[in-house]
Amino acid sequence: MFTELNSILNTSPDSFTQGDFILVSGRQSDASFLIHHFLSFYLRARCKVCFLGLVQSFSHYSAVCQRLGVSLAQAKEKRQLVFLEGLQEGLSVFIPQDDTTGNKALSFLSRDPMVGLQNLYEFVRSSVSSPGGGEEGSDGSEQWGPPVLLVDDLSVLLSLGVSARAVLDFSHYCRASLCSQLQGNVVMLLHCEEEEEEDDGDDEGSERLLKGLIHQCCLALHVQGLPTGYCRDIHGQVEVCWRRRQGDGQHTQNKVFQYKVHDKGASFFARGTSSAVL
Amino acid sequence: MAAPVNSVVNSSAKCSSFNATSFQKKTRSRLISIPGTRPSVQNGQLLVSTGVTSLDYLLGGGLAVGTVLLIEEDRYDSYSRMILKYFLAEGVVCRHELFVASAQHTPDDILQELPSPILDDVAIHKPVEQPRLSHEPQDSLDAMKIAWRYQNLPKVQTALASSSRFGHYYDVSKMMEAEIREAAKCHRFYLPEHPTQSSPTHSPMLESYSALLKSLRDVIQREGFEVTAPMSKSRNILRIGLHSLGSTLWGDDLCCHDNPRHGHALTTFLYGLRALLRSSLSVAVVTVPSHLIQNRALMGRITRLCDNAIALESFKGSEREANPLYKDYHGLLHVRQVPHLNCLASQLPDHKDLAFKLKRKQFSIEPHFYSTDVFFLTSHMSFTLKQVLV
Repeated sequence: MFTELNSILNTSPDSFTQGDFILVSGRQSDASFLIHHFLSFYLRARCKVCFLGLVQSFSHYSAVCQRLGVSLAQAKEKRQLVFLEGLQEGLSVFIPQDDTTGNKALSFLSRDPMVGLQNLYEFVRSSVSSPGGGEEGSDGSEQWGPPVLLVDDLSVLLSLGVSARAVLDFSHYCRASLCSQLQGNVVMLLHCEEEEEEDDGDDEGSERLLKGLIHQCCLALHVQGLPTGYCRDIHGQVEVCWRRRQGDGQHTQNKVFQYKVHDKGASFFARGTSSAVL
Repeated sequence: MAAPVNSVVNSSAKCSSFNATSFQKKTRSRLISIPGTRPSVQNGQLLVSTGVTSLDYLLGGGLAVGTVLLIEEDRYDSYSRMILKYFLAEGVVCRHELFVASAQHTPDDILQELPSPILDDVAIHKPVEQPRLSHEPQDSLDAMKIAWRYQNLPKVQTALASSSRFGHYYDVSKMMEAEIREAAKCHRFYLPEHPTQSSPTHSPMLESYSALLKSLRDVIQREGFEVTAPMSKSRNILRIGLHSLGSTLWGDDLCCHDNPRHGHALTTFLYGLRALLRSSLSVAVVTVPSHLIQNRALMGRITRLCDNAIALESFKGSEREANPLYKDYHGLLHVRQVPHLNCLASQLPDHKDLAFKLKRKQFSIEPHFYSTDVFFLTSHMSFTLKQVLV
């Protein structure tokens, strides 16, 4: 996890607000480094994590988290982490093998994807409420904290033909069950493409999905490239928007930071204070 | 790295077989030595050469095994097809297996046009010798008499040349000899030979793409390219070349309409292709006629589903052909995406303005600087000022 980002968001693995729905969006810029931050953050905070890794293979996430100091394989063995490898599950749906019944989570790929993501939601629901989360383990299994759902990333679902409305329904169900009922957190990553104009009456589009998710979330991190173009020392800017009032009643404003991604983390700094400039 | 890699690798190998992908960090004890590959100096991934050494340099040393390179075709599909042929020719020289799929030309047509490699001996039965660094220079240069200590150093070139020894050079004026070509094992997929059956599922993928995906999966399983295959036999790399995906000959209407009915066919196929590649020792080059695709958001999604992406823009037929700024080059090359696999940060190329030139013995990609003589002597002064200030 990135310590500078923790201080910006005023959180730490020991104390973080529960019941949060965090949206990470990237426009023309890859925001997946933030997903790695949240994954390592919640694993360190001893939460029960359900991670939908739809974009890359398990070993990619494992290798990156290793650099951040967290072992995904060990977390999986201790049943702290439930990992859905989207690539393998999707392939088994595209080319069904004869003898595997497999995971039904991505079964929407074989039927019309417009139908919806119920099976995916059922998978999430069953993985966070399995024994070990908040119950006394009879066989000595460890007790984990509140459940957390991480999704990387929603735009892949749009690429696979799911409508924006179905994804909004899915996020709403996840928020209702995980944030409100179980007092856990949800972090979702969405990548927006630049679109020229909105098609009227057309339900697909990442812009529509982004607006719907911004309305649902309570913390949004928008990652963009620099408005002046490509720079080697500053990889982009992050806009942090809080949408609810903080506990002490103050209404925090949006803050903009610039960032640079290193091998083992990312550094955040105020605009114009990059170490390359000063 | 503070934590040792071995423990992670061992525990993940114990966990279950479906965790194994081709991106496990290759530690010394598990080094798989496959001809024509080398580990990356940045993150230890297994790399193969694309056949174009300057493109290898752009991609960070080579194409990582298990990834897809997307080439956005130039308008007449001349240079993108050339790069595809370089890629397949490199596979023949390195004795990898090939898989060629096309809807327009038969795969044999593409294979017969492969350029001939410039090597002393490319014998079929002997192992291929890597070419030495001091191969013949392109212009005749006498042996140095005074500065003889500098004889064996590489020449200073503005072309981006990697100092690897695993790329080869090709002569595009000659075709590869049939006996060299036929020594390589090649799998073919020609779309008209696979009549499409209407499938009962309403999957967003078209029948043509799902037939291609099934054929790929069958070849990978049958020939033992999966990472989880038993290590008893010697391993090899499968090079996959997919020509002009997304064009109407594949049954796709991406290039015809702004709001295509099969808008998700190609992206779904690329997702399945990525899943296949991550779990096997193969590498794919896909060319897409992006100049026909009007929907930029869709093109962005296609780019994001591939790991590497470059776009070629040739000057042929455009007004830039007569522009004195570009007289040394055949076109511009844009790097749309570089991968960041197993690490947080990606290695973007240093220069963003790149131009390419197809010479007889080399496909060179160079950063494109506006030279001062053009700047002062051309009559289009305001035009060049605008270009420089960009």
